[in-house]
Amino acid sequence: MQHDIEFGLDTFLPVTDDESGKPIDGAQVIRNTVDEAVLAESVGIDSFNIGEHYRDDMMDSANHVILAAIAARTERIRLGTAVTVLSTQDPVRLYTEFATLDALSDGRAQLIVGRGSATESFPLFGFDLADYEELFEEKLGLFTRLLREQPVTWSGTFRTPLSGQVLGPSIPEGHIPTWVGVGGSPQSVMRAARFGLPLMLAIIGGDPQRFAPYVDLYKRALEQYSQPQLAVGVHSLGFVAPTDEQAKAIQWPYYKQTFERAARERGWRTPTYEQFLAEVDHGSMYVGSPETVAKRIADVIGTLGLSRFDLAYAVGGVPHPQRMAAIELYGHEVVPRVRELLATDDSGDAHAVESGVGR
Amino acid sequence: MTEATIPVPDASRAATREAGDERLAIIGAGKLGTTIARAAVAAGYEVAVAGSGLADDIALTVDVLAPGARAVRTEEAVRHADVIVLAVPTHRFRELPRDLFAGKILIDTMNYWPPVDGDDAELAAAAAGTSMVVQDHFRSARVVKGLNQLGYHELEEHRRPTGTAGRVAVGVAGQDRAAVTAVMRLIDRLGFDPVDAGPLERGVALQPDGSPFAVTYTADELRDHLGRSG
Repeated sequence: MQHDIEFGLDTFLPVTDDESGKPIDGAQVIRNTVDEAVLAESVGIDSFNIGEHYRDDMMDSANHVILAAIAARTERIRLGTAVTVLSTQDPVRLYTEFATLDALSDGRAQLIVGRGSATESFPLFGFDLADYEELFEEKLGLFTRLLREQPVTWSGTFRTPLSGQVLGPSIPEGHIPTWVGVGGSPQSVMRAARFGLPLMLAIIGGDPQRFAPYVDLYKRALEQYSQPQLAVGVHSLGFVAPTDEQAKAIQWPYYKQTFERAARERGWRTPTYEQFLAEVDHGSMYVGSPETVAKRIADVIGTLGLSRFDLAYAVGGVPHPQRMAAIELYGHEVVPRVRELLATDDSGDAHAVESGVGR
Repeated sequence: MTEATIPVPDASRAATREAGDERLAIIGAGKLGTTIARAAVAAGYEVAVAGSGLADDIALTVDVLAPGARAVRTEEAVRHADVIVLAVPTHRFRELPRDLFAGKILIDTMNYWPPVDGDDAELAAAAAGTSMVVQDHFRSARVVKGLNQLGYHELEEHRRPTGTAGRVAVGVAGQDRAAVTAVMRLIDRLGFDPVDAGPLERGVALQPDGSPFAVTYTADELRDHLGRSG
């Protein structure tokens, strides 16, 4: 079988450098990203997904606006988030924004909802991180009801109740595919299954094989909750260049810079070049030539039985022209090669899955 | 795959174990709790895991992620063992009754890092380390700080048999020296070189802003770091 795998590209709109190594203007980063998405469609990528952060080195704070601009310049590519920090969003507002995006794009809107590994939105919007679980649970409950069954009568703890609420625009049944992003919490895996939503694993370090038990847990949890088997996807980081050496040489300084900042913010140790190489060789960094990256992606898709693979193309401020070149290589060479590898290395184990929220 | 690194201990090793040393309880069925449960089952312990609610809520999680461990209610987990791993979210430990762990050895695996845990005035002000706050809450427990210093996937990937060259070290700190010894024995059996960091307040050196945090050191390297930060 050749099951239909969605190949996505994800970005957090990092502020990129110009050719001389100086950061460019944030507004230009946003315009460049629209060009990157248009290129992604033209080289056959299935989806383009934008993160949500509130900081001065990432320009993805209003991802729905950027996605709307991309919708106007594309016709086929799916437009989504990676991820929407649902715990600090109002589900009603989120519904109206993405139902509108779905209308503008003729049904191409999708979402991944989760906490993300960033937490700056909690103090920014007046939420307590300690309420994370309860916030996510309540908001996911309301959001899925808005997607599935309007009018909605609802009450909860964190927002005003709804009584027979109908919101425009309405969306066709089964829209808007909403995945639950999970970083490694078993409770989050169970929750995705309980809500009958497809699972997106964020694997940003280490051997992806160690997530196999989570896939198993998800499948068994779907059975336990009498849900159909649903899709599993992975989001990971990487960068493609003509050769392995070029890819590593371009990516490493930005990887270092990005993780140094993350280390300062989280009390971690910054990674060494040896650790970067270990991630590239057998961890979760998909960095290299098209052939190298394709083999590693085909491996993880086969090992975990995935229906979707999203590559966050380039870590940190890799300049726009090199990002464009990476997208082109990804669409023209990596994705066709992954499909070829999967077709020849076929276990015959068709993944009978449904994606999205429809039922 | 995941269980491959540590063989089940052999009979000769088992003979050297001390009484009361065969059972482990884990409070918390999240990333860390299930990872430690898996390691403990592989090391031959009878493991009971409790989540925040009913045993049924975590039964499937424990069954899939730590096969061989039992999912139980918190009270049953406490009865099950003398050594208990506390692996709940940092902002949640105060929800557990103060005398729940009376007389038990309680391993505090928790870390406080505001960007992840939110603001907690008491933990933020804990100059002698957050485990002192945990001990103050659970006054009747014998609190030992340990297993907090490595991420859950490092705990998964670096387990090695005793005597392996370059084996990764895990630091422990506690007032009750017998409790520290027991926890060091557990850590060794889980697959790491235990390093005694001293009394509980010295556990501050193992916290997120201490240099051994999130770094894989050998026992000598870790002792060296603890010596310098003291």
